[in-house]
Amino acid sequence: MEEFADITVTVNGEKIGKRVEARQHLVDFLRIELGLTGSHLGCEHGVCGACTVRVDGSIVRGCLMLAIQADGADVWTIEGLSDAGEIEDLQEAFIARNALQCGYCTPGMLLTSAEMLEAGRKMSRAEIREFLSGNYCRCTGYHAIVDAVETVMESRFGG
Amino acid sequence: MADPEGAVGRPLPRSGARRLAFGRGRYADDLRFPGLLHLAFIRSPYAHARILGIDPAPALAAVPNARVFTGAEIAEICAPWQGTMEHLPTMVSPPQHVVAVDRVVWQGEPVAAVVAASRAEAEDAAGEVLVEWEPLPAAAVRDRTLDEGAALVHPELGSNLCFSTNIGTGDSESALSGAAHVVEGRFSFSRHSGVPLEARSVVADYDPGEGTLTVHGSHQSPWHQQDTLSRHLGIPEHLVRVVAPDIGGGFGIKLHIYGDEIAVSAVSRLLGRPVKYVGDRMEAFVSDVHARDQAVAARLGVDGEGRIRGLSVDALTSLGAYGSLGRPPISEGMMTIMMAAGAYANAHYDARLRVAFQNKPPSGMYRAVGQPIACAVAEQLLDWAAHAAGIDPVELRRRNYWTDDDYPLRTPGGLAIKRLSPGRCLDKLVGTMGYDALRVEQAALRKTGVHRGIGVATFLEMTSVGPAYYGPSGAHISTQDGATVRLEPSGAVRCVTSVIELGQGTHAALAQIVADRLGVAASDVGVVGGDTSTTPYGGGAWASRGLTIGGEAVWRAADGLRANILELAGSILQADPADLDLRGGAVCDRGTGEPRISLAEIGRIGHFRHDTLPPGVQPELAVTRHYVPDAAPFALANGVQGSSLEVDVETGEIRLLDHWVVEDCGRIVNPLLVEEQIRGGVVQGIGGALFEECRYDEDGQMLNASFVDYLVPMAAGLPDIHVGHVETPIEETALGTKGAGEAGTVGAPAAIMLAVNDALRPLGAQVTSLPITPESILRAVAAARSG
Repeated sequence: MEEFADITVTVNGEKIGKRVEARQHLVDFLRIELGLTGSHLGCEHGVCGACTVRVDGSIVRGCLMLAIQADGADVWTIEGLSDAGEIEDLQEAFIARNALQCGYCTPGMLLTSAEMLEAGRKMSRAEIREFLSGNYCRCTGYHAIVDAVETVMESRFGG
Repeated sequence: MADPEGAVGRPLPRSGARRLAFGRGRYADDLRFPGLLHLAFIRSPYAHARILGIDPAPALAAVPNARVFTGAEIAEICAPWQGTMEHLPTMVSPPQHVVAVDRVVWQGEPVAAVVAASRAEAEDAAGEVLVEWEPLPAAAVRDRTLDEGAALVHPELGSNLCFSTNIGTGDSESALSGAAHVVEGRFSFSRHSGVPLEARSVVADYDPGEGTLTVHGSHQSPWHQQDTLSRHLGIPEHLVRVVAPDIGGGFGIKLHIYGDEIAVSAVSRLLGRPVKYVGDRMEAFVSDVHARDQAVAARLGVDGEGRIRGLSVDALTSLGAYGSLGRPPISEGMMTIMMAAGAYANAHYDARLRVAFQNKPPSGMYRAVGQPIACAVAEQLLDWAAHAAGIDPVELRRRNYWTDDDYPLRTPGGLAIKRLSPGRCLDKLVGTMGYDALRVEQAALRKTGVHRGIGVATFLEMTSVGPAYYGPSGAHISTQDGATVRLEPSGAVRCVTSVIELGQGTHAALAQIVADRLGVAASDVGVVGGDTSTTPYGGGAWASRGLTIGGEAVWRAADGLRANILELAGSILQADPADLDLRGGAVCDRGTGEPRISLAEIGRIGHFRHDTLPPGVQPELAVTRHYVPDAAPFALANGVQGSSLEVDVETGEIRLLDHWVVEDCGRIVNPLLVEEQIRGGVVQGIGGALFEECRYDEDGQMLNASFVDYLVPMAAGLPDIHVGHVETPIEETALGTKGAGEAGTVGAPAAIMLAVNDALRPLGAQVTSLPITPESILRAVAAARSG
């Protein structure tokens, strides 16, 4: 297997061509090669969800995907979604509810929550908790995060 | 615009959260440094072994740009330390090298450091270094390391005993013999850790030209780092600067001095280059400090009315191979025996504590240190006693609390208590949770074979520990904090604090304090901290001390600035400062509230137009104050937690239905932040109660050092947590706060264990070993059924 490969990937709406190490995972690529440090690494074995990014419309564990697997893909990170304003209501709800403390899990938590909202309907607290269970948070105890997501569901789909 | 109601006491969202929610956090691994090298450690695969040789040649052949530094090479420029305490002459602790020399004493102990141009290359090279080992017998079975013939962690000590002590009144046995009901139990609390999501991370940058060392680290106590780096690397302290950037969780784990982190600075010094180390998850599990790991046997006697007659406790804490520099490893056990049943009137108490070394990662302080154990043991005994005496457990507690007339007091365990409010907390909790209705529902469901349990546990939370503890130990750990509050020319205010922010929101609360003292809006106050070269000296983030100590320093600094502003305003307005006040962003007339001159105008004149001031007027628009809590050894918070859950006795599964907390942390500066501290703490306590355990085999190999195998609480299956407050401000400070960061973690394991055992009571089964797992419940049920 070649040690390096050329890839073309669209990151946060911008097309990028790079030569990458075959063994480099997607989040190391985003963080080290592109300086997009909003995606974090909590375990590098696909459990904690701190590395969650959106690839071709679905959230993935960025630590379990190689950068070369993203060749031709459309990748969005917390930086791009923030700039685009796509999840502003969610971010504001997290801030208002203090649904983050150290903030390390927060970008991943927000991307997962954004995908949950794409279902386009209100969910029960138990359903929200179930959906969030692939993202670890050691600070909040999750209650405030569930509140924040519920608030956004109410404002987007309520009434 | 300042809020006329004031900022203190309001649930203001914290300003620092916005940056983090927009992906703009800056954690240690995010920082960029020119010429940066990356470091990886070679760690021992054995719990106990002799290092016969380290051959770096294959690594250098594989990765030509790599460099390998053995423990012996690092030891040449970095002196070992010893975790002994001057005030505990009988506590033993052997010297510890930052990287092992000759012998390793736990699986995961670093034995060499490898640096290369990238993290991946450093790991490649580390994998090629040849280490020749001679495995030695390990002391790795908890509770058995004091047995005759056990392997010795430190043979030179002649025993694995680190410390032992007895406290109490010496008469609990005779008191128990006269009790109407005596209950007893053996309890076990698993070894676990804090598991911050961001692993320990450090970037050290030694500049050989200036002789300066700058360290950016994910650390709760940069001052302790600065002191240690200076003394152990021999760099003058004013040339050492430690910066805490954003910190991805700490919970106590990151307040300790770690050999591997200090080694990063040593390597940077040897190379004259910036060097970064970021731990991975497996390294975190085998190198972060571990906590709890305690076995407790305890007996409680009550009279016919359920009043406590006596209590005895025998605790054995199983440490790792070392304690930590400046942080006594006996704290877990001491807090257990000192605080057990501390909220209750009791005259007869005895406790023994033994603390033993094991070949496991060093022991340290994790959120709530020993107090969850004290709480769980005492509260379970009280529940059993209530049942034995035929008294409702809530009523039994009410009968036993110290009364307001008893304060101040010293418990027979030696705990100095100025004032508590457990009765008021209990009344509020019982109302909020609908205790009586829950009991009715429980009884009805039991008839249908549904096993619901209710647990109500009273807890104490020792916070803001002062110099009475740390001073006599000789540790270079400060119990004071400091702040500078400065009026900017625009009339905005900047606060530079020694308080370390790691997500609790303390900096936001400090802004609220400044806002009220100076009559401005909290949003007009900027708070910065986390840099030992620019902020006043302090202690760091531990013992839930940020607001109570650092907040008081801020209060005093802001009051000093207030006086200076009024004095300057007096000169400008030709008025008596005593007739002036600060409100709404302006100096106003104290009596009428009429604005006389804006803070912006004070700032402009005070900074730029000294020429317009009367001769001799020297505006002093920055004030620094420090505060050390010298009037009490600590601030003791208290509260009550309630749990409602259901146990499936066929599968052993526990369904958490609801959780309630009523706590008293004194004056509440920001209820939004306090409540999320409580909730987060409760869930970490639930982790200790139901999930978290570092599992080891008999050779000292950790069996579950990954997130796949070490369980932490996830969003699903957790209950909503209802938080209420009772506010009893402390009198020693103007601010009146007590800490709140550990309350949730102290009381949750007790509430959960009590509720599980309440659910199991009709079956005659009980569980007293945490974490409680489906397996342990099934075993307990089976044991009860078989007789």
